[in-house]
Amino acid sequence: MTGQPQPGVPILRLGDVLVTGLLNELDDRTAIAFTEELTERISAEGARGVLIDISRLEVIDSFVARTLMELTTVARLLGARVIVAGMRPPVAITLVELGIELVGVETALNPEQGMAALGWRQAPQPLEGARRGTSR
Amino acid sequence: MAPPGEYTLASRGAKRPARAENRRPPAPATYPVRTEEDLLTVRHAVRAATVEVGFGLVDQTRVVTAASELARNAYVHGRGGTVTLEYPREPGGRRGLRLVVKDEGPGIADLDAALTDGFTTGGAWATGSVALVG
Amino acid sequence: MRERLTRALHERGEEIADRWVELQMEQALLDTDIGEAELREEADALIEALVPGLRSGVPVDRVVTSTPGLHEAVVGLSLRRARAGATPTATSLAVLALKEALLKAVQRDTRDAEELFASAVFMNRLLDVAGALSFETYVEGREEIIRRQSQQLMEQSTPVVRLWRQVLAVPLIGTLDTARTQVVMENLLQAIQDHEALVAIVDITGVPTVDTAVAQHLMQTVNAVRLMGADCVISGVRPSIAQTIAQLGIDLSTILTRATLADALAAAIKLIDGPGPDGDEGDDR
Repeated sequence: MTGQPQPGVPILRLGDVLVTGLLNELDDRTAIAFTEELTERISAEGARGVLIDISRLEVIDSFVARTLMELTTVARLLGARVIVAGMRPPVAITLVELGIELVGVETALNPEQGMAALGWRQAPQPLEGARRGTSR
Repeated sequence: MAPPGEYTLASRGAKRPARAENRRPPAPATYPVRTEEDLLTVRHAVRAATVEVGFGLVDQTRVVTAASELARNAYVHGRGGTVTLEYPREPGGRRGLRLVVKDEGPGIADLDAALTDGFTTGGAWATGSVALVG
Repeated sequence: MRERLTRALHERGEEIADRWVELQMEQALLDTDIGEAELREEADALIEALVPGLRSGVPVDRVVTSTPGLHEAVVGLSLRRARAGATPTATSLAVLALKEALLKAVQRDTRDAEELFASAVFMNRLLDVAGALSFETYVEGREEIIRRQSQQLMEQSTPVVRLWRQVLAVPLIGTLDTARTQVVMENLLQAIQDHEALVAIVDITGVPTVDTAVAQHLMQTVNAVRLMGADCVISGVRPSIAQTIAQLGIDLSTILTRATLADALAAAIKLIDGPGPDGDEGDDR
């Protein structure tokens, strides 16, 4: 159990796309700080796309869902398209069963697909070891 | 609706109870919900409990998500409260998990609906229910 | 009375257990592979648990249900019988045979007819409850087995097949209730992840009718697939079903539907090759 506050979620930049990921232990404060930082970065760096890897999130409750929806809306207002990638099957099932909605949030199977949707083309011969990074 | 709210989230046993069946269930435990950190602690505890009882991955996620909603509701709208985990046993020997979330304020109607939808219709994993007690 | 019985159990526990096992073997009703050693073990545990139950102040007809160890012993025994395939009657009778074994032990201590009669009445009140509990548990145990089997059957009857590179299909046969939907979603979503599929086709050719509940379950499945980042196509929509859907006013307009599996596959391939670089949720339908 990690009682101490987490360091901020790292946000990388690849061209005009910001790439980031959410960890499983997402507490409210981290989520809010994350939204703020990401918004700042989109604005400051003129990002056109944001990829959020959620493959490590084991639970998405309505708070996290709302955070993702707000982030998508804010980003859109700032001219960036958000793609949420790698949702786990149990999480997707639980969301639809509990009726927790992710209105307007675009999804992708994995970060690779997400990057492709954001206009990044992968090399014809992907480097060995670069592909499997996100599968469990 | 009476102001002090209390939820019981009951699941009538695991899909695969075989391995846990003959072990003694853990003692009930109560967790406070006073701070945001407490929400995280509750999620951890509920996850551990679902694993203990032998739920599959999807059922674990269902229960932890529901618990997270209830605990957050108690924290945000209910002026704090407690989450208690119990391990009831059916006459047939199946072990279940019961979550009792108590809060100290009003504001429970909205979540009730959200949860009933997902849990009373649940058939395969166990006809779970969200009952309002007290 | 209670005391006499408690003493008998305490002092003659071995003997009682022997006799009980013997009776059960004699009854030969247990047409199962539960062996003598196992019966003996059960008997020892149950008899041992009876003593503290009788010593507690609980009324006789509630001893079995409210003594924790005892309750568990009866439940455990009944469940094992249920799993081993014994009949419910044989299971209850096996529990009730303990009466005879007990009475025999009491008989060793006294020959007084009145006392024996009182003992018998006492034992009936004590153990009839156990017989009933055993029966109840047995039924519950069988139900559990049936539940598990129908779950397995359901999982087997919803195969997810790979039709094309990054295209999966799940043919649904029969009705689509909540339980079934959960299994379908679980299998389909896992397969999508495993195969990195981009399109999932749900074929409803084998679904007899689509009412509001079925439509809602279909919507749930489609939404879950979309959350994963894949697209969903529903195929096998027969004219009659299309009419029903229209008449019921069910809105499936956000879902891509096709009449046949072949049409759906063609649509899926088009989705993958896509007109533009944006391969998801776009206006490419």
